[in-house]
Parts: sequence; C-alpha cells; structure tokens
Amino acid sequence: MLKVLVVDDEPGIRSGIDRILSKFTVGYPFMDEDIGYTVFEASTGEEAIRIFHENPPDIALLDNKLPGMDGIEVLEYIKRNQLNIEVMMITSFASLELAVKATNIGAYDFVPKPFTPQELRSSMENITKHLFLKKMTQKMNTQGKQIRFQFLSVLSHELKNPLNSIEGYLRMMQERQAGDQIASYSEMIDRAMSRIKGMRVLIMDLLDLTKIESGKKNREIKQVDLVSIAKISAETMGPMAIQMEVEIILECPDELQIQADPEEMEIILNNLISNAVKYNKTGGKVYCRLKKDNAKLLIEIEDTGIGMPDVDMPKLFREFVRIRQKETKHIMGSGLGLSITKRIIDLYNGTIDVESHLGTGSVFRVSLPVLI
Amino acid sequence: MDTEYKPTILLADDDPDYLFQIKFALEKAGFSVITAETMEEAELIIETGHSSLAIFDLMMERDDAGFILAYHAKRKHPEMPVILLTAVTAETGRQFGSNLPGTDGWIKADLYLEKGLHPDQLIGHVNSLLFH
Repeated sequence: MLKVLVVDDEPGIRSGIDRILSKFTVGYPFMDEDIGYTVFEASTGEEAIRIFHENPPDIALLDNKLPGMDGIEVLEYIKRNQLNIEVMMITSFASLELAVKATNIGAYDFVPKPFTPQELRSSMENITKHLFLKKMTQKMNTQGKQIRFQFLSVLSHELKNPLNSIEGYLRMMQERQAGDQIASYSEMIDRAMSRIKGMRVLIMDLLDLTKIESGKKNREIKQVDLVSIAKISAETMGPMAIQMEVEIILECPDELQIQADPEEMEIILNNLISNAVKYNKTGGKVYCRLKKDNAKLLIEIEDTGIGMPDVDMPKLFREFVRIRQKETKHIMGSGLGLSITKRIIDLYNGTIDVESHLGTGSVFRVSLPVLI
Repeated sequence: MDTEYKPTILLADDDPDYLFQIKFALEKAGFSVITAETMEEAELIIETGHSSLAIFDLMMERDDAGFILAYHAKRKHPEMPVILLTAVTAETGRQFGSNLPGTDGWIKADLYLEKGLHPDQLIGHVNSLLFH
C-alpha cells in the first residue's frame, strides 16, 4: 500500500481522485502482490506540510492553485527539507512554463486538469513503478552493505584467532614456561607455525577474492589448453596427496583448447582438487575429469572422501563457511576457496553444483561456456 | 600446591591452541585438566564426571554454547563454579555478565572473563573461586 496525499482546495476533485485510486492497483509480473493506495486529503498547502510531518505520504498529488502557499512552494518545501515524497503536480491550465519549473524543482510528473480517470491512472502507474524500483534499489544497497559488514567482522575474527594463539605460544616461550630447553617448546613452535601457514593461505585467498570483487584482476582471456593446467594443478597438490596417501587420477583428452584466463582456470582446479584431497580418506582417490558437454566444458572433480550432510549444500559457496564435522576439525582451510571458485565461475556465466554423500564422497561439477 | 590433592578442571574451547595453552598453564599451577573441543564432548564430561571447576568458551559450534554448557553444568553440579570466557566484548563492544540486572536468573555462570587475559590472571580467578 502506498500512501497518497491529495492536496487540492476543491473537495470534488479530492473525492474524485480518492474514488479512482481506491479501486486501482499497479503490479509487475514478478511482484507477489499488486500495489494499492491509501488516499488522504489536504485542502491547503499549509495543511499538507503539517501532514508531511505527522504522517508522511509516499506520493503527493499537488494542485498548483491553492488558497495560501501554492503548489510550487509546497514542492520547494519538500525538496528543501529533503522529504522522501514523490510529487505529481496537478496543473489547472497546463502551462509549459509551470511544468518546466515543477520538473526542475523535482516533481516526478504532472497531469493537466481536467483529467480523465485513465490519465490519472496511467500517471499513477508510472510514479508507482518508479517508487517500487527506487525502494528495491535502496533495499539491495543496504543488504549489500550488511553482507559486507558481516564479511568484515567474520574476517577480523578469522585473522585475530591465529594471532592470539601465536602470541600465546610466544609468550610461553618468553616466560620460559616449559623451562630453558628449546626442545621442550617444539610442539608449541610447530603449532604456531601451522597457524601462520593457515593465515598465509587465508591472506592469499583474500587477495584473490578482492581482485575478483573489485574487477581489478587483470583478466587475460586467451586460448589455453586446460589439460596442461590440470596437470600443473595435480602436481601442485602432489605433496599433500602423498602425505594423505590419496591418488589423483586425471581422466581427460590429450588436450582441450578453451578460451579463458589461465590463472582463473588454475584457481578453480586448485581449489576443487585440493578440497578433494583434503577431505578424503587415507588411501582414497580423486578423479579429475575434463570433457566436452554439448557446447560447454565440463570439469568434474570426484573424491572418495568423507562427504557432506545434505543440509549444508546451499551454504557451501558462501564466504567463511566451513562445514563442521568431527572429521573436518583438523583440516586447514581459509573458508574462502569455494566462494572464490564460485565467483570466477560466475564471471564466465558458468555453473557449479555438487553431489555429496556422507561417508562416501562428493562430486563437484563445473560447466563453463568456454569451448572454442 | 599439595601434591595429594589435584582439583580437576573441565576446559571446553573449540580452538585447540587455546586449549593447549590454558591446559599447560593450569597444569603448571598444579591442576589436573580435562579438555573438550566440542559441546558434545563437554556435555559428556559434565554428565559422567565430576570436576572441581569448569571453564567454557562462550562461542563454540554455536554462539551460545557456553550458556548452554553452563546451564547443564549447574543443573548437574550446583556447587561447581563455572567461568565463561568471552571474546564478545572485544568484538561487539557489548558488555554483559552476571552482575548485570536481570541476567542472574538465567546466565548460570559465576564469572565472566575476557579471552585475552593472561593465563596467570585466569589461574588467580580459578584459585579464588575454589579456595575462597
């Protein structure tokens, strides 16, 4: 419901507008409900201004010819006080001069008097759609800011935790809490080192993410062979795979030429393969399949790992979401990998989805329209 | 410290490094320490064991994990002092604790401490709760 204030000194006009608008609604196909109007009236500009403060309307229908201050003066008042009210001027004898003046001051539209019900309805439809879009934009901006704020507060938490624990270990050493032998501190040193490593991963991922977000990452779309990128990626993950006793198996053609940024492809493959290794079981396998799927490239990374419970799927691609299970407690991760992967895939208008079974493993499928 | 009697302290926190550091300090001060890294582990210890004092991190898997643990601990062992560790004040700027009016009834902790405090200070508080 939008609140409409009709400001006119003629009672007949006021009740006429009231009658037309009370039976009129405006809708977009994508809106759940149509927008209707609550109409209230003022007979002078002075009364209108009082109502603006007591019960501010969304829209003011403003006759220019009023007994005291005129419509233009009321409009000027609205703009001067930055009231959030859209104005439609009703002009008795449609004069170009007045219309130009009102538009310059900030009236959204004007209807010449006398008007037909249809003329009023179509003007109201325009102003209503304008208001709806304006409100949606404002809402989206605020939501964007909120998400940003949440991200920053989680981020500072994620950065502060390892700092606290590293500081704690250093303090224990500084105070010689375990005696004078350096050997007594080796576990503390190892633990501190591993927290530093975790922080480094986080900061690197964060740099990737900010580059993608700000659009400043120098994207270089060119012809590349995805198979050779996948081989490099599998090699990079090699040491971790050996440590976990996980085998990485590449199932792909000899070469697969695509049109993409090689660095971005590497980030996608690195993230997906390293997850498949990290969340695997000893002796497990990671299958990296690259193939053509109609006109698209399909990347499929399958693991024989610990899998995820169904409920957590939609959360997976959000920042700092790490699925908590007993088995994942000691696995290191920034919580940004999949979020970055998703963002890159979005840049290509591609899709990513995941199928996972708790205890038996997960398959991540990426589809990208990058085939040559 | 009397070597015959070692009070046992239940310590629950989801950060393994914090657990390690506080456990180390408490053991050095003569306490015996039993640790829990999840709410589930802590609940199990509360139900089955008997500790002289419990220290819970407020935010574990859930943001209110410490409150829930404190509530259960006090129900099972009304005499056991409970300390809640929070990083909430530092992170939100919001102050809260058992000394706030209206919170006595439902926040079942004896003491609120900031997570950043020196282990020696924590031990000081543990001692005064145990041997007042």
